[in-house]
Amino acid sequence: MINGIWLGMILIGFVFAAVNGRMDAFTGAVFDGAKNGVTVSFGLISVLVFWMGIMRVAEDAGLLKKIARVLGPIVSFLFPDVPKGHPAIGYILSNMSANLLGLGNAATPMGIKAMQELQTLNPDKETATPAMCTLLALNTASITLIPATLIAIRLNYGSADPAAIVGTTLAATAVATLAAVAADRLCRRMALLRKPPGPPPAVRPVHSALPHSSVKG
Amino acid sequence: MFQLISLISAWAIPVMITFIPLYAFTRKVPVYESFVEGAKDGFGTAIAIIPHLVGMLVAISVFRASGALDFLMSFISPALKGIGVPPEVLPLGLLRPLTGTGSLAYTTDLISVHGPDSLIGMIASTIQGSTDTTLYVLTVYFGAVGIRNGRYALRVGLFSDIVGFIAAIAVCLLVFG
Repeated sequence: MINGIWLGMILIGFVFAAVNGRMDAFTGAVFDGAKNGVTVSFGLISVLVFWMGIMRVAEDAGLLKKIARVLGPIVSFLFPDVPKGHPAIGYILSNMSANLLGLGNAATPMGIKAMQELQTLNPDKETATPAMCTLLALNTASITLIPATLIAIRLNYGSADPAAIVGTTLAATAVATLAAVAADRLCRRMALLRKPPGPPPAVRPVHSALPHSSVKG
Repeated sequence: MFQLISLISAWAIPVMITFIPLYAFTRKVPVYESFVEGAKDGFGTAIAIIPHLVGMLVAISVFRASGALDFLMSFISPALKGIGVPPEVLPLGLLRPLTGTGSLAYTTDLISVHGPDSLIGMIASTIQGSTDTTLYVLTVYFGAVGIRNGRYALRVGLFSDIVGFIAAIAVCLLVFG
């Protein structure tokens, strides 16, 4: 799917640039995009280096295992394939709490660290495991308690009540997260069904199939 | 409640950065050496993301600059107007999963033009705040560990974006409409 989207965007872009006579813009956009990619990655260096250092200290102190033991049961139903007390659980929890608090630049390194831990459990290093997909689903929906950036922007433009969007954002993000978790569960189960060597999956009747197939393609 | 959460947000990072090393020190961890050892991984991880991010951002940038995105928006806008949704917010639904900075810029523009407390301003803020940039998250997280086959992850992410977009509009119409 990612191959299709990538090629599709470039192809459609080419056709539109040809029709609109924007070939110069096309070329400019290629190099702007490439430059942006490098700039963003470089921006990540400082954050990643710092947080991965702090996270190593936490790991060496046994803090992550402790968190995983105490709060693990809360997330273990989302990540049934990750062994109890595995450090991945600690990173997943840190990632989720950073997201909740709207600490984007802390959430990303912790999420990446969680991915790296999940990768150690992965038999096929190039294919995502169900646990990785669940972690990704949680992060794309990114449940947030306080949308701090938006509040700051609204304040800047003289809003009478900058925080008025906190409630609506929370409601929308909760719905999106629920949808992500439900769709993830459904896909995980369908992937299990498709794979013959797996244990006989005990499939409960899935309530009215989610309309996710319409998003395919 | 709001004050409490902002207070926790403001304190979270300083508290973590102070108390994680302190706790580790009491457990006889050589804190500085341990920090440097872990921090080494950060650089390599950031560098590993570059090819993924460059590839994805080039495609998105081309798609926008060629006018394809504008065309898609002009195509869908009239349909939304019919059900009482301000068509101005629609492009945000398309931009949000693709580019974080692009959709933030668009939201800021909507807020400055229509006012932060207008219905459009409220909906735009809610959409922007309620989901993350799916393609970016996917590229960075999978890129960092070298996953090439993401299975159904993209489908799930985009599905939740659509649900979140609809939910944001519905909630705002209900509360502020």
